[in-house]
Amino acid sequence: MSGDIKNYAILSKRRLAANVCEFKIYAPLVAKHCKAGQFLILRVSEDGERVPFTICDYSREEGSICVLVQEVGYTTAMMSRLSEGDALQDVVGPLGNPTDLSKYKHICLVGGGIGSAVIYPQAKQLIKDGKAADIIVGARNKSLLMYEEEFKACAKGAYFVTDDGSNGNKGTVVDMLSRLIADGNEYDCVFAVGPLGMMKAVSKFTEPYGIPTVVSMNSLMVDGTGMCGCCRLTVGGKIKYACVDGPEFDGHAVDFDEAMSRSRMYKGQEEEHLCRLRGEI
Amino acid sequence: MNGARHPMPARDPAERIKSFEEVALGYSREIAREEAARCLNCKNAPCIKGCPVGVRIPDFIAKVKADDLDAAAEILHADNNLPAICGRVCPQEKQCEGMCVRAKAGGAVAIGALERYVADIALGKQYAKNETSRISDRSETSQDVKNADSSGKIIKVAAIGSGPASLSCAADLARQGVWVTVYEALHKAGGVLMYGIPEFRLPKDIVFKEIEQLKALGVSIVANVVIGKTLFIDELLEENDAVFIGSGAGLPSFLGVEGENLSGVYSANEYLTRVNLMGAYRSGAVTPVLRGKKVVVVGAGNVAMDSARTARRLGAEVRLVYRRSRAEMPAREEEIAHAEEEGVIFDLLVNPVKIMGDENGFVSGIRLQKMRLGEPDASGRRSPVPIEGSEYDIEADEVIVALGTTPNPLIKNSMPSLEVGRKGVIVVDGEGRTSVPRVYAGGDAATGAATVILAMGAGKRAAKAILEDLKVR
Repeated sequence: MSGDIKNYAILSKRRLAANVCEFKIYAPLVAKHCKAGQFLILRVSEDGERVPFTICDYSREEGSICVLVQEVGYTTAMMSRLSEGDALQDVVGPLGNPTDLSKYKHICLVGGGIGSAVIYPQAKQLIKDGKAADIIVGARNKSLLMYEEEFKACAKGAYFVTDDGSNGNKGTVVDMLSRLIADGNEYDCVFAVGPLGMMKAVSKFTEPYGIPTVVSMNSLMVDGTGMCGCCRLTVGGKIKYACVDGPEFDGHAVDFDEAMSRSRMYKGQEEEHLCRLRGEI
Repeated sequence: MNGARHPMPARDPAERIKSFEEVALGYSREIAREEAARCLNCKNAPCIKGCPVGVRIPDFIAKVKADDLDAAAEILHADNNLPAICGRVCPQEKQCEGMCVRAKAGGAVAIGALERYVADIALGKQYAKNETSRISDRSETSQDVKNADSSGKIIKVAAIGSGPASLSCAADLARQGVWVTVYEALHKAGGVLMYGIPEFRLPKDIVFKEIEQLKALGVSIVANVVIGKTLFIDELLEENDAVFIGSGAGLPSFLGVEGENLSGVYSANEYLTRVNLMGAYRSGAVTPVLRGKKVVVVGAGNVAMDSARTARRLGAEVRLVYRRSRAEMPAREEEIAHAEEEGVIFDLLVNPVKIMGDENGFVSGIRLQKMRLGEPDASGRRSPVPIEGSEYDIEADEVIVALGTTPNPLIKNSMPSLEVGRKGVIVVDGEGRTSVPRVYAGGDAATGAATVILAMGAGKRAAKAILEDLKVR
């Protein structure tokens, strides 16, 4: 028990890829009940916004949780400036529902970019359950690939692809999935997590094969408890909230185009903030 | 002595739509005493019957008249834990003032304005006093909660949510020596008082100070804990003698029309939370909010008025569309008047049937259908009937849906034994007891969306029941 540690203190920070850091944060109440697939919401500073992050690892003994932070906007840029010993303003969670892949036996986990954060705890869980999964991880280039050793250790087969071929294996995650299926692998579930475009492509690809496909939606959020409706999306023609109904949904039923459109809602304002942060305006 | 009711002094509409400063300015000492003198001190005091918490109104007003404000504040506080807030947000015209016999003789006594006057002065004094003898705010780990157990005799209650129901319940319990821990899901305490009601109607400094008063009573507030996710009621029952659920009515209702997920369509909850709690109205704020030029607000309750007036302050031309007529608007009279003064355009007897978008997925317009009033419905209000073929389109770049809320299902989902009724409202008896022993509930979580004062009344009743059931005193 570490009674002296400040709540939400950063216990460690480790660079996993060119623009991705793993933060281990002291948040014993979040660690107490969290499960793979759930997320948290944090604020970096007193005037900061509330941003959701998937919990990619946790230790109940240590009272810690891990998140992967990819520098994409203002808050993630602010966060990447913090280091061990600093503390976040607020952390609340675990939020959303845990992943449940219990009814599937032959699973292919597909991670794109930061989406690896979500599939890593699944991969660990699946190997514990005695049903090691095939894992496909994709990134734009070699420097953005992460968890390579970890994935190799907990996968039936681990496959890494890059858009530019800089790791010697050029292609998309869909190309790789297509190859694995052509090679005779039969999956009863594909679990895909990554950018919206990648999840859409994977879902579109698996639909004709009738392979159940689970995706994890990374919508914008404010409270994360179902109060504001910011994270709503259309699934099977119905409004669903990523925070309380998700974050995981049937990839064949999600309206990805709408989700992509909603994710761009504040693009202009975000740009302005980043410029201010970089001292450009 | 007789004369007409003194209007509440207010900022000039043209000026006030440029800022988020409080609109109603409050009475001066002179006006307060003159207004207090209008009270006839009726023996049967019908005003008290109109008050959900039974404030001894003629007594406190008599003290204002006598300029004994400490005594007036004491009378208020005996029945109302948050008078500075209630003086600002209660629908007085439907409650105390609605019963006032002076209604036909120059207008009802301005009870709300007098309550605010007394409470603000008391709050200023108490706050200054507490500044010097502040009980330190306990931090946010469960270990601390355990440590409090050491004396063995302390009765402990956990309250879920830090809005008016929980705060009121907590205050009444704390006054009886009960150790209360209030759990808040957001990063700041106050619930709807913080995220929902705008600064220009209820300054956050007032909410902050009222909460500081509770802390001075020994109430501990723990932010960033979602009950049903971070901790569960069963765990709270292990650590506490009772649990009060005051989690509010969180879940927003939407229209259910095409285009509702376009960028630029907000629930009022989201819009107001971005602006109020996250401060998106300030320049340079990190949390963004769209600043539409033509904003349409759907609904006519207090939340709709708050949204419309907020959008005015963010520079928009604002139309408020409502499917009934002015007479059926559920908002406080003062809010409707303020919205009109501030240039909010009311489009009555129309209902949105579709929201249109542009090629980038942003709102570009809204299709409205004209309505007429038919027979009264279950609520007693005349129900709107669509007029076929009357649809027309108007331009809009932002739509704010303020159609009410239903209770958040997180708690119910995490505790199947907790009985809920229609729309997920927690079932309670007259004193706030739920189907689960030692678990109580009140406020919007147990009634569906209602008012601050009704939530406070429910919190008080539950506190009384908890004290009786635990045989404190």
